[in-house]
Amino acid sequence: MLDLDALIQDRATKVVVCCGSGGVGKTTTAAALALRAADHGRCAVVLTIDPAKRLAQSLGMRELGNHPHRVDAADTPDNAGELHAMMLDMRRTFDEMVHAHAEPDRAAQIIANPFYQTISTSFSGTQEYMAMEKLGQLVAAGDWDLIVVDTPPSRSALDFLDAPQRMSSFLDGRMIRLLSAPARAGGRGILKIATASFGIFAKAVSTIIGGQLLKDAAAFVQAFDTMFGGFRERAQATYELLRAPGTAFVVVAAPEPDALREASYFVDRLSTEGMPLAGLVVNRTHPVLAELPAARASAAADTLESNGVSPLAAAVLRLHADRIEVADREKRMLGRFTGAHPHVPLIGVPALATDVYDLDSLREIGRRLAGV
Amino acid sequence: MVTSSVWPDELARARLHVVSGKGGTGKTTVAAALALALAIGGRRTLLVEVEARQGIAQLFDQPPLPYEEKRIAVAPGGGELRALAIDPEAALMEYLAMFYNLGFAGRTLRRMGAIEFATTLAPGLRDVLLTGKVKECVGRTDKGGRHVYDAVVLDAPPTGRLVRFLDVTKAMADLAKVGPIRNQSDGVVRLLHSDQTVVHLVTLLEDLPVQETLDAVADLHAADLRPGAVIRNRMRPSRLPTRSMSAAAAGRVDEGRIRAGLAEAGLDLKPDVIDGLVAETVAHATRAQVQAAALTRLAEARLPSIELPELVGGLDLGGLYELVEALTAQGVR
Repeated sequence: MLDLDALIQDRATKVVVCCGSGGVGKTTTAAALALRAADHGRCAVVLTIDPAKRLAQSLGMRELGNHPHRVDAADTPDNAGELHAMMLDMRRTFDEMVHAHAEPDRAAQIIANPFYQTISTSFSGTQEYMAMEKLGQLVAAGDWDLIVVDTPPSRSALDFLDAPQRMSSFLDGRMIRLLSAPARAGGRGILKIATASFGIFAKAVSTIIGGQLLKDAAAFVQAFDTMFGGFRERAQATYELLRAPGTAFVVVAAPEPDALREASYFVDRLSTEGMPLAGLVVNRTHPVLAELPAARASAAADTLESNGVSPLAAAVLRLHADRIEVADREKRMLGRFTGAHPHVPLIGVPALATDVYDLDSLREIGRRLAGV
Repeated sequence: MVTSSVWPDELARARLHVVSGKGGTGKTTVAAALALALAIGGRRTLLVEVEARQGIAQLFDQPPLPYEEKRIAVAPGGGELRALAIDPEAALMEYLAMFYNLGFAGRTLRRMGAIEFATTLAPGLRDVLLTGKVKECVGRTDKGGRHVYDAVVLDAPPTGRLVRFLDVTKAMADLAKVGPIRNQSDGVVRLLHSDQTVVHLVTLLEDLPVQETLDAVADLHAADLRPGAVIRNRMRPSRLPTRSMSAAAAGRVDEGRIRAGLAEAGLDLKPDVIDGLVAETVAHATRAQVQAAALTRLAEARLPSIELPELVGGLDLGGLYELVEALTAQGVR
C-alpha cells in the first residue's frame, strides 16, 4: 500500500508531482497533499494549473497572481507549518522568462511579435512547459521545503513529460530557417533532394499559412536565438530536477479503464526515464462498508418487496447490493493494474459524497489519501 | 428506464453529430454508442476520432486504426459502423497532394518532422485539417449521388478545447487569406454552422461536469454553433424512497426501522454490519441529492436530455450494445 504520510513527512521529499489523465482529481489530490503536509509541520506550496473556481477560492487564489501566497487555514494544528498556493498563469510565466533571459529592448521586441503571442497562449505544450518552468523557479527560490505540483489537464498524461522537449526542438530554429529561406539551406545527397522538396513544401506551407506568419515566426526565432543557451539549459535543468533525489511522482487515476490505462503508460514511462515513482492514487473508489454478500442482500430485498413490507430496509439492501457490484468492478480493474505492475504501491481514496471545495473536505481527502 | 422519445426531429435530421464532454465523462463510449444507434436498420455511420488516442480501437478491442475508414461493428437490424482515426499529418499530406505534386518528398518531409512542424506553427491549421476531413466524409456521395454515410459521429476534444476546435473561422484568421485551404475551410464553416451539425455534451450528474456543460452550451451559442442533446452518463438508480432521502442525506437514518425490516426478511445482522449499511445509505442519499441538484441545474441548458445507465458489469462490447439500446429506447434515430 502506498504510504503518502511517510512520503510527505519525510524531510528528504522536496518535490511531489501529481500526474495522470484529465478528470481524475489531480488538482484536488495535489492540494490535499500539500495541506496535509502543512498540517504536519512542513512549509509547503502547491502549484495548481487549472483549479475549479470554488477550490481556487477556498485556497484564496482569487486572482491570477502567478506567485504563491499564504493560505490562512483555519483549525491548523499548533505545530503546523505553512501552506502556500498559486495557480499558473502561462502567459505571464512565459513573459517573465523572456525578460529574465533577454535585454529589455530585445525582450520587448520578442513579446510584441505576433507569433510570440500565438505560441505563448495557444501552442499545445506551452502550458506543460511553463508548469515545468514555474516548478524550476519555485525550487530555485528555496522558500519552501515541499513543493507539490499539479500537472496540466492534457489528453494524455505523458504530454507533461514530452511537451518541454517538443517545445525546445520546435524553438531550435533549424526547421523554421529551412522554411523561411529554403534556398540557403543547401546540402548534399539525400539532404539535397530533401532540400529541393523542401522548397516545394515551403511554398505549399506558405500558401496555406501565409507568408506573414512565416516571417513573424522567423523573426521570433531569430530574436530568440541569443537567449537559447539559457532557455534550453533551463529546460534541461528542470527535467533533471524531476529525476533528482527528493522528487517523487504520484500517478493519479480513477477506477475507470481509460484513466488506469493512462496510469499504466505513465508508470512504464517513468521507469524508462529513471524517474522516481512513489505510487498510484486511485480516486473515487466505492469500498463496501458492510459485510453482507450481495446475493443474500438481494434475496432478502426480494422477500421484503414481494411481501410489500419495510420499503426502507429493502432499499438499503438494494443499494448495498449495487455498491458491491460497483466495488467488484473497481477491484477487477485495479487487479488488472496490479497484475501488470506488481511493484507499484497503490492507495484507493473512497469517494466523498459531495464535491471537494473547502479546506475541511480537502483535509478529509488528505486523511483518505493517507489511509487513515 | 425512460422510454418516451426525447430526440426531436432536428436531431434526427442532423448528419454530423459532434460529441464532447468534460474529461472522464465517457464521451468516446457515448460517441460509439450513438454511432451504432444511428446505424440501426440498415444504415451506415462513421465514427471519427481526432486526438490520436486510439480510443475507438480500444473500445472495440481492435488493433490501432490506420488512417482509413474501417468497418468495426454491425448494428442491430443490419447496419454498418465504420471508424476513422484522423491523423493531422496524414490529412495534411493528403491535402497537399491534391494541390502540389510532392511525390516521395512527402515521406522525407514527414521523417524530418516538417509536417508536425507546420501544424505546430499554426495551431489553427491542425484543427482546420481535422474538421476538413470530417466535412469531406459528411459530404461524400456515391455514384448515384447518395450520401455514403447516413450520419457521421465525431468524438471531439473535451469541452475545454471544444469551441476553439470547432471555430474554424477564428482559426483561419491566423492563416493565409487566399488559397486552397481557405476555400475548403469556407465549406467547413458552412457545414459546422448549419442545421446539419449538432454538438452533444456528455456529462455526469456532478457539480463540475454540469458546470462545464452549461459553460459549453453558452460558448457554443456564442460561437453560433448548435448544441444538440445533453447526455447524462453513468446514471445509477436511486434506491431510497423519496421521503427518506433528505433525512438520510443529513445523516438521519432510522436504524431501528432498518433492523426490524431486516429481521422480517430473516436477516439478523451484527451491529457493525448494520452500521456499515447505514453508512452506505447515507453515502447513497448524499450522492442522490447532489445528483438531483445537478439535474435541476442542467435543466438551465434547455436541451433535450438523454440518460445512460452505469454499466455495472464494466465496459465491454456487450455493455456498449446495452447503451445503444438505452439510446434507442429514448428515441435516438
